[in-house]
Amino acid sequence: MAGYRRLEVNDVGDVTVVRFRDQKILDDLNIQELGQELFQLVETENRTKLLLSFSGVDFLSSSALGKLITLDKKVKANAGVLKLCQIRPEIYEVFAITRLNRLFDIKDDEADALAAF
Amino acid sequence: MIPSKAGAGQRVMKEVLEQLQRCHWINHDIFGVHLAMQEALVNAIKHGNRLDTRKQVHVICRMSPELVRIEIADEGSGFDPSKVPDPTDPEHLEHPSGRGIVLMRNFMSRIEYNDVGNCVTLEKSRAPAE
Repeated sequence: MAGYRRLEVNDVGDVTVVRFRDQKILDDLNIQELGQELFQLVETENRTKLLLSFSGVDFLSSSALGKLITLDKKVKANAGVLKLCQIRPEIYEVFAITRLNRLFDIKDDEADALAAF
Repeated sequence: MIPSKAGAGQRVMKEVLEQLQRCHWINHDIFGVHLAMQEALVNAIKHGNRLDTRKQVHVICRMSPELVRIEIADEGSGFDPSKVPDPTDPEHLEHPSGRGIVLMRNFMSRIEYNDVGNCVTLEKSRAPAE
């Protein structure tokens, strides 16, 4: 498995569980790198079941949302499934305000999310 | 003044947030100020100054225990915020950008652009203690 600077990637069965190494996802350069690593999972490693866990993430800017949207498109283009979980309330509010809680399948915790694949 | 490059402005943001913590603002509002300021700075650097490192972003913060007001001005030609597409419109929902202003409006008590559109004032009144 390729080394990732911004992500921690693990397999649970046939689901790829991704956690973020950064607590605050706001720096544009880091977000570019994070986006590339996420896209690599789909485009190079052909992973079709992705669970993004936001445990430990306490800040997320709209630039990061953009990367998630692009990731979602790539996953769908690959006939895959993307879910998100463990999003703290303030960050969930960001998804709700931008109506992205309707685009993404967001679960409370990892167990619920894994069971839903 | 901060330069027009990615990551700039973090020091001034840290100072503002630390001051809010010292004044015992609630976490939700500190998060909101952080997010709004981050979005405004990125807009100024990326869209206003078009990442031109010859241009600066000017930041003025005024704080009292009950109110924070932040002015962020770029050296660009400005824009009309009313012409920015609504990112919550289903037609635009999957655009990868364009959410900064909506987030600023929702998390701050007030935001106001100058006539030219190259300076935004963000204002947040302290929420009552929980």
